[in-house]
Amino acid sequence: MDKLLVSPSPHLHGGASTQRIMLDVIIALTPVSIASVLLFGYRAALMITCCVLSCVAAEWLFRRLLRRSDTVADLSAAVTGLLLALNMPSGAPLWLAPIGAAAAIIVVKQLFGGIGHNFVNPALTARVVLFISFPGLMSRWTVPCALDGVTGASPLTILKTAADAVTGATGSGAATLPPLGEMFLGIRGGMLGETCIVALLLGFVWLLVRRIISPAVPLTYLAVTGGLFLLTTGSAETTLYQLMSGGLLLGAVFMATDYATSPVTSWGKIIFGAGCGLITFAIRQFGALPEGVSFAIIIMNILCPHIERLTMPKAFGKQP
Amino acid sequence: MNLKSILAPAARVPGGLRLPGRKDTAGCETLRMPPPARVVIPMCHHIGVPAVPAVKKGDTVSVGQVIGDIAGSCDDIGIPVHASVSGTVRDIVTLTMPDGARSEAVVIDSDGLMTPFSGIQPPKIETAEELLAAAGASGLAGLGGAGFPAYAKLKPKKDTVIDTLIVNAAECEPYITVDHRACIEQTADIFEGVEILQRRLNIPAAVIAAESNAPQAIAALNQVAGENVSVMKLPARYPQGAEKTLVYAVTKRKIPAGGLPADVGCLVMNVSSVAFLARYLRTGKPLVSRTVTLAGPAIANPGNYRVPVGTSVADLIAFAGSYAAPARKLLIGGPMMGTALASENTPILRYHNAVLAFTADTAVPPPQKDCIRCGRCLLACPMKLAPVTLKNAVKTNDLDTLRKFDVSSCYECGCCAYVCPAGIPLVQQMRLGKAQLKIDN
Repeated sequence: MDKLLVSPSPHLHGGASTQRIMLDVIIALTPVSIASVLLFGYRAALMITCCVLSCVAAEWLFRRLLRRSDTVADLSAAVTGLLLALNMPSGAPLWLAPIGAAAAIIVVKQLFGGIGHNFVNPALTARVVLFISFPGLMSRWTVPCALDGVTGASPLTILKTAADAVTGATGSGAATLPPLGEMFLGIRGGMLGETCIVALLLGFVWLLVRRIISPAVPLTYLAVTGGLFLLTTGSAETTLYQLMSGGLLLGAVFMATDYATSPVTSWGKIIFGAGCGLITFAIRQFGALPEGVSFAIIIMNILCPHIERLTMPKAFGKQP
Repeated sequence: MNLKSILAPAARVPGGLRLPGRKDTAGCETLRMPPPARVVIPMCHHIGVPAVPAVKKGDTVSVGQVIGDIAGSCDDIGIPVHASVSGTVRDIVTLTMPDGARSEAVVIDSDGLMTPFSGIQPPKIETAEELLAAAGASGLAGLGGAGFPAYAKLKPKKDTVIDTLIVNAAECEPYITVDHRACIEQTADIFEGVEILQRRLNIPAAVIAAESNAPQAIAALNQVAGENVSVMKLPARYPQGAEKTLVYAVTKRKIPAGGLPADVGCLVMNVSSVAFLARYLRTGKPLVSRTVTLAGPAIANPGNYRVPVGTSVADLIAFAGSYAAPARKLLIGGPMMGTALASENTPILRYHNAVLAFTADTAVPPPQKDCIRCGRCLLACPMKLAPVTLKNAVKTNDLDTLRKFDVSSCYECGCCAYVCPAGIPLVQQMRLGKAQLKIDN
């Protein structure tokens, strides 16, 4: 007989793996990736390729330099790369990809210990870093299906301008909001992965069916943002535009649900989602920027450890 | 359908898993194994104070004779140990048990005759005290796997009134079908035992709880269920048979942290233990043999075997037709909570309910990666603990967090580690956490 293997119980395992979870996220991101290529053309495909390759290369290289185990196979770097690409405008130059990848993978993820140890969302932080460093390049969005790739304003900018100019007397009258149907299909200006609502919803369903995420964060996030807009504007139409605009759905489904940077407790997820919703609303309504999803999620990421500790469930049978 | 079974839904318990049942041995009638050439009987067969050897090298012993006396006073939870075969005491040795504890053990060379001890006679039971004494003398220690002496369990506690007897037939670990077979083969004994316990301890209600994946067992029990005894079908969900989970599922009462079923008016006993108790009161024959499920991918003839206590795993497997494939891992107990053995020569004890053998491709745990904080361990935990947080506290020896978030409530069911995508041995981490607190106290 071979030597017997002695290991602690349990001796069965359900078969789940990090790799399979990340693969499910990639599958969930596939519809919106395809949509981005259909909407924005080959440059979207190029950007996705560059971002994924840069992130995977950054992960491999950094861990090799530090003589740590190779973790490329867990696919988490590929997911970060894909999310980074979906947070880029189609008109951005490709050389932004490696800069974003370095910020996401090396600074945010690996310097804090690698997968599971980052305290803010890597792709989202990279988006903010790029946005602050290259504001012009990061706002260069083309309107899909426009003949000559005109650079246009995003619906959020239009909403913002409209909200600022109460009388509507300013010269921005030329920019009008696309119809809701086009918003739903994603035919409008924006980052690669944030415009096609229907594709994002498909991904959301996949994540729920595969039990990769709990619906708590996305639903409270959307409900709070939507509810606040409905309360303050009183317009269902504006609320729908707000919900479908900018990075809200992409952020709520794919970024705010990041395991490492959102609470593991059930109540924590609800508070976290509600906090994201509140800050997003505040920035969009009162802030100087038209979009607040990235900052909202990053701020809540930072609060995550506190939320988690305060919402830890009581052990079964433990007296209060 | 028999209307005698309670159809009221069981309370929904937190956490838990749907595990593959793998109860292929459910239809295997219990086979009696003839005495092996040698048995090794440790003095510590149970939770509590070990017994002291009552025989010496060269003594002749017969089946049922006391070979280990209770040590200390009666208040310590100690119970006697009996010879399981007739023969000669070869030696008294010190043995390392599968859990790492060391215990004195009596080694008996069997004469193959199984001569019963002449002093065996049915105990006289007229009062609750006499029932307690008999339960102690029988050597009964939880046959379900925990090894808690029945004597200590039945002993009344101050200020508690027991109103419900829960007979645990929820055999939730995969592979094991010992209690399943007991329900079918020892139905009359079970009901006799329940009746005695109810009468002597004044317990008005009794519930036999079984899982929905054991329909034959439930059918057998239903045939004899009566007015005072109901059969409750629980969903087949691991760890349904764990005491705290079971009490809640049946009665909706929560056992307080660190407490016992008696604190909420319940007495929980394993179904095989109840059947044994009835037989003991009838015959006076102490606990000298038990049924184990022998199964797993490496076993040639899986089945249920009744073995003399102290039979080695190697002897059982040889009797049952050896291996179908080379074994890489041997377990005593179930695959979720059982202990991996370092040697085939480990004796089977009173509270061991299974011997499982796994091949190389089924035995190796998944590779361990970094925690991704997916939170699945929280959802799986039947005690509503947060293994991910506790695991981090263990790493940094953060005793405050371990205490605050109750690592001591963990009963090591293994659900957290089963679902962990990073393959982290979370149960072992919880054990370390409990040890860290123990050292600190």
